[in-house]
Amino acid sequence: SRHLVLANSVSLYCLSGHPTLPCNVLKFKSTTIMLDCGLDTTSVLNFLPLPLVHSPRLSKLPGWVSKDGTVNLEKELKECAGRVFVDSQPEFCLPERELLDLSTIDVILISNYHCMMALPYITEHTGFTGTVYATEPTLQIGRLLMEELVNFMERVPKAQSATCWKNKEIQRMLPGPLKDAVDVWTWKRCYSMQEVNSALSKVQLVGYSQKVELFGAVQISPLSSGYSLGSSNWIIQSHHEKVSYVSGSSLLTTHPQPMDQSSLKNSDVLILTGLTQMPTANPDGMLGEFCSNLAMTIRAGGNVLVPCYSSGVIYDLLECLYQFIESASLGTTPFYFISPVANSSLEFSQIFAEWLCHNKQTKVYLPEPPFPHAELIQTNKLKHYPSIHGDFSSEFRQPCVVFTGHPSLRFGDVVHFMELWGKSSLNTIIFTEPDFSYLDALAPYQPLAMKCVYCPIDTRLNFHQVSKLLKEVQPVHVVCPEQYTQPPLTQSHRSDLMLELQPPPMPYRRCSVLNLPFRRRYERVYILPELANSLVPSEIKPGISVATVSAVLHSKDNKHTLQSVPKPPPAPPTKKRKRVMEEPPVVLAPKPLLSGAVPLEAFLATLQKHGITEVKVEETADGHILHLQAEDTLIQLEEDGTHIVCDNNEPLRTTLRDLVLRFLQKL
Amino acid sequence: MPEIKVTPLGAGQDVGRSCILVSIGGKNIMLDCGMHMGYNDDRRFPDFSYITQNGRLTDFLDCVIISHFHLDHCGALPYMSEMVGYDGPIYMTHPTKAICPILLEDFRKITVDKKGETNFFTSQMIKDCMKKVIPLNLHQTVQVDDELEIKAYYAGHVLGAAMVHIKVGSESVVYTGDYNMTPDRHLGAAWIDKCRPDILISESTYATTIRDSKRCRERDFLKKVHETIERGGKVLIPVFALGRAQELCILLETFWERMNLKAPIYFSTGLTEKANHYYKLFITWTNQKIRKTFVQRNMFEFKHIKAFDRSYADNPGPMVVFATPGMLHAGQSLQIFKKWAGNEKNMVIMPGYCVQGTIGHKILNGQRKLEMEGRATLDVKLQVEYMSFSAHADAKGIMQLIRMAEPRNMVLVHGEAVKMEFLKGKIEQEFSIDCYMPANGETITVTTNPSVPVDISLNLLKREMALGGPLPDPKKPRTMHGTLIMKENSLKLVSSEQALKELGLNEHQLRFTCRVQLQDPHSDPDTLHRIYTHLKSVLKGYTIQHLPDGTVMVESIVIKVSSSAEDTNTKVLLLSWSYQDEDLGSFLSTLLKKGLPSGLC
Repeated sequence: SRHLVLANSVSLYCLSGHPTLPCNVLKFKSTTIMLDCGLDTTSVLNFLPLPLVHSPRLSKLPGWVSKDGTVNLEKELKECAGRVFVDSQPEFCLPERELLDLSTIDVILISNYHCMMALPYITEHTGFTGTVYATEPTLQIGRLLMEELVNFMERVPKAQSATCWKNKEIQRMLPGPLKDAVDVWTWKRCYSMQEVNSALSKVQLVGYSQKVELFGAVQISPLSSGYSLGSSNWIIQSHHEKVSYVSGSSLLTTHPQPMDQSSLKNSDVLILTGLTQMPTANPDGMLGEFCSNLAMTIRAGGNVLVPCYSSGVIYDLLECLYQFIESASLGTTPFYFISPVANSSLEFSQIFAEWLCHNKQTKVYLPEPPFPHAELIQTNKLKHYPSIHGDFSSEFRQPCVVFTGHPSLRFGDVVHFMELWGKSSLNTIIFTEPDFSYLDALAPYQPLAMKCVYCPIDTRLNFHQVSKLLKEVQPVHVVCPEQYTQPPLTQSHRSDLMLELQPPPMPYRRCSVLNLPFRRRYERVYILPELANSLVPSEIKPGISVATVSAVLHSKDNKHTLQSVPKPPPAPPTKKRKRVMEEPPVVLAPKPLLSGAVPLEAFLATLQKHGITEVKVEETADGHILHLQAEDTLIQLEEDGTHIVCDNNEPLRTTLRDLVLRFLQKL
Repeated sequence: MPEIKVTPLGAGQDVGRSCILVSIGGKNIMLDCGMHMGYNDDRRFPDFSYITQNGRLTDFLDCVIISHFHLDHCGALPYMSEMVGYDGPIYMTHPTKAICPILLEDFRKITVDKKGETNFFTSQMIKDCMKKVIPLNLHQTVQVDDELEIKAYYAGHVLGAAMVHIKVGSESVVYTGDYNMTPDRHLGAAWIDKCRPDILISESTYATTIRDSKRCRERDFLKKVHETIERGGKVLIPVFALGRAQELCILLETFWERMNLKAPIYFSTGLTEKANHYYKLFITWTNQKIRKTFVQRNMFEFKHIKAFDRSYADNPGPMVVFATPGMLHAGQSLQIFKKWAGNEKNMVIMPGYCVQGTIGHKILNGQRKLEMEGRATLDVKLQVEYMSFSAHADAKGIMQLIRMAEPRNMVLVHGEAVKMEFLKGKIEQEFSIDCYMPANGETITVTTNPSVPVDISLNLLKREMALGGPLPDPKKPRTMHGTLIMKENSLKLVSSEQALKELGLNEHQLRFTCRVQLQDPHSDPDTLHRIYTHLKSVLKGYTIQHLPDGTVMVESIVIKVSSSAEDTNTKVLLLSWSYQDEDLGSFLSTLLKKGLPSGLC
């Protein structure tokens, strides 16, 4: 059981600087919650591609020696078309692991399958003992993407592990992007399948709008975010505070269930990540361009290469092609989808009816598969293979369209097709994934003859949509990556490509620690039935009643209850009566506060009713003084006070007290 | 005291026509809306006139929840919504939403087209009814309105079957529908968290049965099928299209594969292919093993099981045929039965419950001569076997669910009275909770005693926790004081001072002053000191101060001393206190009137 933290402070530790691959830790009411676990894979662009079959071109690349000849790293670094690449197993840039002790993390909330790729690095070998929460499609497809990544790496093992270039002194002297790469010492090779399985065994499945209690203090709930199968935003709340975590959301009608916007309302803080990486590219326009370039290349007898992830936009691309194939007379062109998880991805996409948009759900009721790629497969228009080896090599016909990974062009079957088709200008490579700069991706393949088309499809919220959303849901404060608080470097005049809010958003960067502003004033407490029934409410104003409460507070597991004050045990009978008389009052029970005023006339009438008739009333600056002449007692009545001066007559004093109290309200 | 009421309109001490009304926190919920297989008249549907004598139900029900697609749980739905009239929300899971209209349409066809009944719901009514359905996902908390929330849990039993947790404020009810506590060949086991409902409404079909292990029954089934095939006989298995059929298909399919058997297995056409398709698309609702392997091998793509054509029935040699419907009361299963009944080498296996009046019921009761239409009689020579594969929780399973959910009260429905009585005794004994078994139309009332959630001001709570520590001393509990402000729907507990401020009220000070005469032959300061010493010894645990300005303070009560003008030995004590210290002030004035003890220095 955890001890209580009533402190108002809520803090956010920012472990990733990548706005679409976030990794933040929220400390909220004594729970430590990691929000997403994104893996920044852009680091692999600094590495040489891993060819599936021996590539004479790559193996002949010259080693790198500094201009003055003092630094010789020709074994580790190779030059290609003026750029330098590390010749080693590609490495990833992990979330920051020094900012806080990862073993203290209680739970990890995953918002979509792209934002969980660093999970094994966090849950394994760090002492992590918590629970990971994700939806079923996120878990299943996330597993496929990890499996694919591991497979890509493990099937072309590289003996060499380059480390010399990471030496600070040496790195300083390196050219181009390598010189500026940050934290290269913390870069890590890919995890193993065993680590993936162990990490994913810690996942607890949740459904949209499911409420999960954490330690009795905090409730978490995933909401549909409309971006990918099972993608979610999260609500993290107690009875009186609400944090919304928005990550990778989309308002476009693609295959997933639409985004749940209304549940984000009334947030104290909204953490905003995962906006579109292509704020100026319209996804529909890109899709159109994709189709026309594809058709043009095929008609001219060339092949089309589409580097892509095995799940996500590919479903939409295939659906688009399904409608396009006949009209573009591509009916005989073979479409290949090559990935170790191609089959699984296509199959899994068909079984998540609950997570799909309404149109697709309706198809399942017929019953028909929700995605038309089932029909493309059935009619042999789309074929899928685990790799270029095996059946594919014998069934492969050109010209064709190949969907394959990895979109970084550094590993996976795509490397083979780059080597195979790069030299012909008949062929086209169409980039649809927005995660990598296409020029950087192509760098180790230069010079290239094949055509390059860049149609990045990023369905996530753009700045226009997000400002509309924020106007709608009205969070008190917004926290976001610093990148969103200024226009992109290359388009510094575009003030529409940034967040402009009042109050301004709180920006974060890698390694920031933010104190989130909360003005928490209340906590939930439960009044037990016995006590509740004993309360005597009195109406103090129309519609407002009050009741004084005296109770014993119990606090356990972050839940507070109030129960009746136990009756004091009866006094031991042996004590003498006289002694008992002298016992001071046992419970120091303060009387309630009083409010109101005692009206003179009514009070006099009451006194009279009680046999007190000889009253001399004297007017003073602030009220009246009443002389009770027979009783030799004074009562001073004022607007906000009553003073009873009464000697040696306790019964009279208590009577007067009770008469005065009749006119006052107790609080 | 708040109450929860439960009234079965159907399934009260009976199996069939499940329909249970629950009133909780001012909300009315209908759980299931089924038909009765055993009746063809008005008793077929629940008596909705119980809810209202005239007109539509919309104003009387906040929502309707359907637990699964079996007709005894949803068969009256279009009648209720379209003919009686209900336009509110109807909740069911996605698979139920997908399959339920197909079974309803099938039911309608048999009733109207075959039996020629009129005044029955139409195809269009089924469609209109389904438009009112809102799909439920497992574990999703659905807010029906601001106060009423529902949450579905996996129930096993059939594809898409759900138990449902209904909550208003801190009161709640769980309705199980039909459920299964052991995983089978195609479905997982029911599960629920420790939600501690005020009432758990459970089915009790197998209230008195502790069933032998499923494995044994499966082995028995396979042995009988195998033996019949070996001796060249034909096996007929009458089934309903969805549910057990898939489980038995998986069983035979794997057996055929393992034993390398060649005899054909057929599945009567129509619904069934479609049915398998539903299982494929809703694979996430099946058991873990099927879900895990579905990419490599989809268990619902059968290699050995082929579509049946009526001409195959006359083919020579052994075969196994699954045919609908399950009780041999009409259709293809009955036709095949008639063809094969005369041969003792053949076998019919009834894998589920049969309603009285059906051929299935007759042959299970040992009847060997059946009267058919046109005065013909049919000699039943084939072997008749009954094998219960229906997936309901047995007594052990029901007890297990109670342990999981920890309800405060129990209501049994969907079972026979005698068996319920037995289980009721067991439950009351083992869990010491009340168990009810209302008959149809009978209302049971359970009083709940919910805690009242209140928002306490953080300042007040912090002050209390700082003073009292997180756990109060049980011997000397600290009492906290505050003021509860009740405004519209909000309940706020604040300190009295804050309450005054928030309500914009002035404070009224009530003070008392009291003169006490005392004989004490000492100087005024000495008398004051003697009072101080005296009070110190009497009032343990109070703050008592002798202040330099010539006063003694007990807590906030002020005591001053002056000598009488006439007699310096007569002292006049002036006590002054506020109403908040009334108890102590009154005590002190009484105490001091008695004078000071002589032994004081």
